[in-house]
Amino acid sequence: MPLPRLIPCLDVAGGRVVKGVRFQGLREVGDPVELGGAYSDAGADELVYLDVAATVEERPLLAELVARVADALAIPFTVGGGVRSLADAEALLRAGADKIAVNSAALQRPELIGELASLLGSQAVVVAIDAAGGQVFSRAGTTPTGRDAVSWAREAESRGAGEILLTSIDADGTRAGYDLELTRAVADAVSIPVIASGGAGTATHVAEALEIAQAALLASIVHEDPERLRSLRAELRGLGVPLRDAA
Amino acid sequence: MKVAVCDYGAGNVRSVLAAFRRLGVDVASTREPADVLGADLAVLPGVGSAASALAGLCAAGLDEALRQRVEAGGPTLGICLGLQLALEETEEDGGVRGLGLLPGRAVRLRSGRVPRIGWARVEPGGDAFYFAHSYAAETEAATATSEGVVAIARAGSFLGVQFHPEKSGPAGARFLEQCLSRA
Repeated sequence: MPLPRLIPCLDVAGGRVVKGVRFQGLREVGDPVELGGAYSDAGADELVYLDVAATVEERPLLAELVARVADALAIPFTVGGGVRSLADAEALLRAGADKIAVNSAALQRPELIGELASLLGSQAVVVAIDAAGGQVFSRAGTTPTGRDAVSWAREAESRGAGEILLTSIDADGTRAGYDLELTRAVADAVSIPVIASGGAGTATHVAEALEIAQAALLASIVHEDPERLRSLRAELRGLGVPLRDAA
Repeated sequence: MKVAVCDYGAGNVRSVLAAFRRLGVDVASTREPADVLGADLAVLPGVGSAASALAGLCAAGLDEALRQRVEAGGPTLGICLGLQLALEETEEDGGVRGLGLLPGRAVRLRSGRVPRIGWARVEPGGDAFYFAHSYAAETEAATATSEGVVAIARAGSFLGVQFHPEKSGPAGARFLEQCLSRA
């Protein structure tokens, strides 16, 4: 298996990085390329850019941002938020993204996953699942779907998803630890990589998640200070997590 | 030093261009066989499905240009799907005939989580590079491996890498610099 990955997540809106707690109360925290570069220098294995505004008007702005990131950074990155069609996804990959993440659009029309996989390859298709109490929510965590998170992850895999980005809405922004039970249930159910998301507060939390999932998404734990990623990596190595040598 | 990156609709061309530009190299994407033949280093990137990628390559006449180039000893770098397309065949998409620049075939990964995504060490050397693939080469031309998977293969002037040097941070930049210094 490849080495466990640390993936800082940058929520973007209007071309800037923002952060909210429990999907609400957005505030601005920086420039996407500068912050991405700081994370890359500090040893990020990948980045995720999530367009949390995801309006139609913002599409060209997002593609432009993706192109700037691809030109500046030498690590892989995923772009998600409001990807609704093959054309959206193709434009983002064309602009330099390595993977696209789909969420609500795939819940609305699951065939989209297969179409994306045959056009772009499974390795470029991340299905993002936001779950609370084991149930999948759509529209940035606001709308219950009645679907079970584990069975949706399994369906996404069978339709061609290359990775599952699993966010626990219950844990997101709390810094009280990842939802290990949910993460384990999904990781056991699929044979594609799983990225655990939501709730990282300490190095121990991240180490626990990486025992189960192949990667850990990092948001509030590193956002205020990209240098925190550097110290976090050192702490994780101290805990025996075999991270890559990023030099 | 002039680098030509094949743009045939199936590669993260922008990221490959950016990686060479960061090294200060004169690099451009192209669909023209003449550019591929004339460059000091030609690069065949590739992501996505083998069948559609190969169709795009042939439609532009780049398959023949790459064969000619490699036959004439012109340094050529295949990345990820670009390595798999260079083999004699791939079992992807029900079986597709490759360019035959490298002996062997691409087969589906059968262990671990697939796609195999992430940073993994490449031996000899020990540096970690970024991989994202569901198929891998079975070839006698392998010169480096990663967890039992062929990471680098070489035959004549063609060098294929399964990982993405353009996405592999400082280690990837060092690798591309080596390719340039040998071109």
